[in-house]
Amino acid sequence: MSITIQARGISAGIGSGALLVSSEPISFLSGVDPDSGIVIESGHPLEGQSIAGTVLAFPFGKGSTVGSYVIYALRRNNVAPSAIINTEAEPIIAVGAILAEIPMVDRPDTPIEDMKDGMSASIDGSSGTITINDE
Amino acid sequence: MYLDSEDEKILAGEYGETRRKMMEILVALGKVFGAEKFVPITSAQVAGASYKTIGKWGLEWLRSLDARVAVPAVLNPIGMPRERWQEMGIPSDFADKQNAVLQAYRRLGVKLECTCTPYYINRTSYGDHVAWSESSAVSYANSVIGARTNREGGPSALAAAIIGKTPYYGLHLWENRMPQVAFRIEAEETVHASHYGAIGYLAGKEAGNRVPIFTGIRPNRDQLKALGAAMAASGAVALYHVDGITPDSRVLRERGMDISVLETITITGEEIEAIFKEQTVDAVAIGCPHCSEDELEEIAGLLKGKTVKIPLYIFAARGVAQANPNLVGTIEMSGAKVWEDTCIVVSPGMDHFGTIMVNSGKAFAYVPNMCGAAAVLGSTEECIAAALGE
Repeated sequence: MSITIQARGISAGIGSGALLVSSEPISFLSGVDPDSGIVIESGHPLEGQSIAGTVLAFPFGKGSTVGSYVIYALRRNNVAPSAIINTEAEPIIAVGAILAEIPMVDRPDTPIEDMKDGMSASIDGSSGTITINDE
Repeated sequence: MYLDSEDEKILAGEYGETRRKMMEILVALGKVFGAEKFVPITSAQVAGASYKTIGKWGLEWLRSLDARVAVPAVLNPIGMPRERWQEMGIPSDFADKQNAVLQAYRRLGVKLECTCTPYYINRTSYGDHVAWSESSAVSYANSVIGARTNREGGPSALAAAIIGKTPYYGLHLWENRMPQVAFRIEAEETVHASHYGAIGYLAGKEAGNRVPIFTGIRPNRDQLKALGAAMAASGAVALYHVDGITPDSRVLRERGMDISVLETITITGEEIEAIFKEQTVDAVAIGCPHCSEDELEEIAGLLKGKTVKIPLYIFAARGVAQANPNLVGTIEMSGAKVWEDTCIVVSPGMDHFGTIMVNSGKAFAYVPNMCGAAAVLGSTEECIAAALGE
């Protein structure tokens, strides 16, 4: 069975993968290793986990605007998320997703806290839809 | 957000992949900030010029772009002077990478003026909408000139330069330019005349990201520059008013602005003087923001026929320095250096001093973290005297 959640398109394109949900904001500059895609921020709920190939859901970005280039670096190193869901987009993540051509949506009708790690999800950044396959 | 038919074509990729992506950035920012439409801009100042900041991946991204800017665009200061970097002690591998960043911008049509004072290079008028990046330039544009700009990041300023428009939100809208806190300066005229950096440093901490209005002072343009730069460093002030002096304040008065209803913070002469303390200094740096012609003239006058005892670095826009070869010659005859393209805050050349004396409230706020040095604040005259060992 699949569920469709309406959101707002921020960065165009289609991407899919396993959901990885963070209850906390993410800082890409110094918070994520651009070579491995592993979250390295000490004490972060996702610390030690790889975001590569995931549909990464988190509330919003924080930290330096240089974080946009880190998102681009993740993509060039083939360790970027397949898609991004934010509760509320802000410039660092929105610009980074567009530079890196990562589909991105924000303001989903269903809060990200209700999304579960490991569920298979597909994002359409143009129409702003999230499709979750609930097996 | 409203897009016209041309915008829609760009977004559909009819004018190439780079323009499509730039339009996508602007539309995304428009959504994030709730803009209803775009507004055309007359110029851009692009951040993300220093290799130290954007690194290998920022450079790769710039190199991947294929378009030309639609409006005059300059860069923020970079990590070294373009020509005399060896003289400043910059390593050659850094210089190579910095030059690669500049070449990438040149290919996009960005003018290789690397300055925090773009208003000395591209004429900007009251009411112009622009997309500038550097915090003191944003403050000067909004406050002293009465142009309208938000503080742009590197990619958003470049996107605005290539498309020629920016999303219409924030400080582009008149209703967001109202004063929110008042500052009354209680000090003798002689105290504050040379100490606008200190006033700005104090006021910025109190103002945070609010729009301040000052009463009881009559600064000239260079003093306004120092005041705004310091507030943008110690606080996040992107627009301020000086009652009766800055252009928007006159419009606000005509429209019946009542300052008395605002929270009012008083800054006294004692508070200003407490920031200045005696200390031994290893180097003196002036030009944060970059010096105007008037400031170069003042410095040249103070240095004429004398010899500096410790390093004295003066920073200015390339266009301003090159338009004033006699002033630069007089300054350098003293042993002081005039550096173009770079600045106190972003240059690795400033990293090897223990204590740096500055005449800028902005540099005073940034030097400890950015240069790893202690900072001492003084007036321009005091800075020059310290450099001369007087």
